Amino acid sequence: MEFGLQLNERPMEAPREAHGHNHWNPYVDTGGTSLAIAGEDFVLVASDTRQSDGYNINTRYDSKAFELSNKTVLALSICSADGKRLYEILEQRAQLYFHKHDKPIGTEALAQLLSNTLYSRRMFPYYVFPILAGVKADGKGVAYSYDALGNMKDVTHIAYGSAAALVQPFLDSQVGFANQRNADPNRQLTRDQAMRIAIDAFTGSTERDIYTGDWLEIFVVDATGVHKEVRELKHD
Amino acid sequence: MAPLLEPNAGFKFDNAKRNQLLSDKGYMVPTATKTGTTIVGLIYKDGVVLGADTRATNGSIVADKNCRKIHYLAPNMYCCGAGTAADTDFTTSMISSQLALHSLNTGRDARVVTAMTMLKQYLFRYQGHIGAALVLGGYDVMGPHLFTIYPHGSTDKLPYVTMGSGSLAAMSVFESSWRPELSREEAVEMVKDAIEAGIFNDLGSGSNVDVCIITKDNVEYIRGYSQPNERVPKEQSYRFAPGTTEFIATAPAATANDAAAMDVS
Amino acid sequence: MSIMQYNGSAVVAMTGKNCVAIAADKRLGQRALTVDMGFDKVFPMTNRLYVGLAGLATDVKTLHDRFRMHVNLYKHREERTIAPKTFAHMVSHMLYERRFGPYFVEPVIAGLDDNQQPFICNMDLIGCPNFPNDFVVCGTADENLFGMCESLWEPDLGPEELFETISQALLNAVDRDAMSGWGAIVHILTPDGVITRELKGRMD
Repeated sequence: MEFGLQLNERPMEAPREAHGHNHWNPYVDTGGTSLAIAGEDFVLVASDTRQSDGYNINTRYDSKAFELSNKTVLALSICSADGKRLYEILEQRAQLYFHKHDKPIGTEALAQLLSNTLYSRRMFPYYVFPILAGVKADGKGVAYSYDALGNMKDVTHIAYGSAAALVQPFLDSQVGFANQRNADPNRQLTRDQAMRIAIDAFTGSTERDIYTGDWLEIFVVDATGVHKEVRELKHD
Repeated sequence: MAPLLEPNAGFKFDNAKRNQLLSDKGYMVPTATKTGTTIVGLIYKDGVVLGADTRATNGSIVADKNCRKIHYLAPNMYCCGAGTAADTDFTTSMISSQLALHSLNTGRDARVVTAMTMLKQYLFRYQGHIGAALVLGGYDVMGPHLFTIYPHGSTDKLPYVTMGSGSLAAMSVFESSWRPELSREEAVEMVKDAIEAGIFNDLGSGSNVDVCIITKDNVEYIRGYSQPNERVPKEQSYRFAPGTTEFIATAPAATANDAAAMDVS
Repeated sequence: MSIMQYNGSAVVAMTGKNCVAIAADKRLGQRALTVDMGFDKVFPMTNRLYVGLAGLATDVKTLHDRFRMHVNLYKHREERTIAPKTFAHMVSHMLYERRFGPYFVEPVIAGLDDNQQPFICNMDLIGCPNFPNDFVVCGTADENLFGMCESLWEPDLGPEELFETISQALLNAVDRDAMSGWGAIVHILTPDGVITRELKGRMD
């Protein structure tokens, strides 16, 4: 009797997500920020290296930006593991391209390849917001921004990651000269100016965003190749 | 005196029903500023040392880079607060004023257990809804005392304590180094190390170290005892040339008198 | 969506050398729909004290009225105008009083004290005060404003320099926030009086 009653009762509701490990979530945000500034004959990419989970720091030095060739750098924000896998795939495809065509893959081709790769996983996307930056065949600097599904756009400046909201308006102001009456819209930033703006963007967001900090990797790409510089950020 | 316009003691609940309605409609109730803190205290040879970091957060954003988390309770007592920032501020200042009245009534310095009991009874009454996690330290006729008080009103009495999101990082320092009868220098240094462990390893804690050393008849409160996180100078200035921003009109400034004029005749 | 995002807002205050600035956007929305492009969020309390209120518009109105009443009562009871710091504590207590049924408003207070020194302060919706010496922000564009202010602000700006800095911080911040913008107003409080300017910005 007792058993019969129990069998007829509705099964107890499964505990909600809030109660812990019942629902495993494949999408993990490990924090961190990346930005790119495209100039006339160069492009700058900067990423911090903190990888975190909640209030914990997993590691203080985990690169988010990678050299794909001596013309192209790829920065991958949000989920570190997905970013690394995507980089591996792109690097392999770049190798295949080289062997097939007997020349290194160009920035524009890589940009389209990245978009296609992201969209190929439309139903289970990589949790990354990539920035691909490099010099084009004509020597001009360019940066492409993507969403996680592969929607691509070429931009003069872009910020992604945990401090994107802090950095993006600052770049609009200092790179895009937005809202400035007396600014010449065709004015081009020099490499040093871009470098200073990138550094100040990161020291500023390190102050206010708890997920951004530790170290800053800056890549400057120009006709001569990729030049990398590492600076220290705050560790708190 | 102006006539009493409304009852002015205790909490008001006149918005509660409306807010519940909004919440039921699916509008999330916003979060208050938290101090995702590291706070610590320890007893040493001559008294108590309290320590705290100075970061207050609102989600993943730092709301206050240099906030004061060691609160005054009485001349011989201070209290570190973690949790909801407003709750720690107001709970400690209210208990502080009650302790002042208590001292005036009794003609003595209040005892630390008295403050502890008042705090725990107050927090227990609100069943954890007042989100204050406290480290209470002081020196009274019975000697040095150190307590932790949890939001639900439970308390601990221990020779070294930590609280907040950085409590594990800080406790790792105490568990490996604390011993009875520490000297003052050793004690303050250990508190600094514990808070710095929280500052660097817990993202909810950051900026500077505040310490408060309470001994018989003396208190030394040092804001920014250690400042390991000063911002590096900016690469350049971002001043704009005059005339950069377009404005439509120089509106005549609305004076408070225009706007606020109230017939009080 | 949080109720704090329902109407949209951006408020910022900054200190300068013997001056202080407070600025806000002018949008009133109902979620994504813009209803009004002339909604004031910054109010004078005395000639040396302004308060900005970000959050739910109905509570912005209610609190403005209640602040005004209390400032007037203070004036009559004390026979002096309220000091910025006193006002800040009053606001803090009024908000904490409703700890368990709050007004959905985050205030920003900017004023000059008796020595003409700048005073700024902000609070969360239950009245936890914050008294920094550089800048305070709140509203739906708070992260954008933090990013701008951290880079743009520097100490000892004069009134005109402060106007450019706070205006640029606000305009660029609201341009990246869908819930705020549609015009902006800036007040610069100086010992000689208040300069009020309506900014020309994007209206989209």
